[in-house]
Amino acid sequence: MATIKKVAFIVKSLPYKTESSRLALTHAIASQTVEIYLDEGDMVEPLLAFMGDGVLNCLKNQKAMHNYGITSLEQHLKNALLLDLRVLICKEDVERLGLSEDALIMDAEDIGGETKSSIAPFNEIMKEMDSSDHLLFF
Amino acid sequence: MAKLTIGVFSSLVGSLSLDFAVKLSEAAIKKGHSIDFWLSGNATMLSKKGQRSFKDYSALQRSVQDLLTTGKFQMTACEACAEARGFHKDDTLEGCKRHSMDWYLASCFSADRVLHIGGD
Repeated sequence: MATIKKVAFIVKSLPYKTESSRLALTHAIASQTVEIYLDEGDMVEPLLAFMGDGVLNCLKNQKAMHNYGITSLEQHLKNALLLDLRVLICKEDVERLGLSEDALIMDAEDIGGETKSSIAPFNEIMKEMDSSDHLLFF
Repeated sequence: MAKLTIGVFSSLVGSLSLDFAVKLSEAAIKKGHSIDFWLSGNATMLSKKGQRSFKDYSALQRSVQDLLTTGKFQMTACEACAEARGFHKDDTLEGCKRHSMDWYLASCFSADRVLHIGGD
């Protein structure tokens, strides 16, 4: 029987200060090719949740390629949305940091993505974490 | 007996997180469990052969080589993370595998418990 396991990638780290949030995104995106190691029908359901200072990874107009010559976390996040990963951004932390939805990467329409990020209250993210098989904190 | 997947992202030198993860693996294997040990980010440093042991620095090559001989410990390094740091296939410790990140997720899929030890 096919099994689906939910793996939550919880991103708390600041962007660019360390490699953590980039590794969260690249590992989450790797869920799209995990089937090659699994039995027929089995799959990993990824969830990306940005909390605490981690919500700053979701800021628009990142210039990593211009300044450092590396892909931006914005590009990775848009790729995640393009691949229909669920992305939650903690509402309380967005407010705490004085951000608004306009400042955040809410979609990947410019590259053809249809899935959107959601700004979700902390208790909703907690429920998602409760229902996950494994939690990976970055 | 259970299967434990341990993902480590901290460097070999500069943090004791890898030391902890290796000691935990030793303890788990003594109890009969099996371990998938994933090295990503700076932790790929542990996959490099030719590490020299000094008393002032963490030295884990011997410990992981012993663990690899048990047949219950599988160590895999993130290939892209290793290559980005100049650790090539020829530099890899004998018995250590290299795969892309989906290997880790597949290991999580079949694990009874996952311990994800973040980086610096």
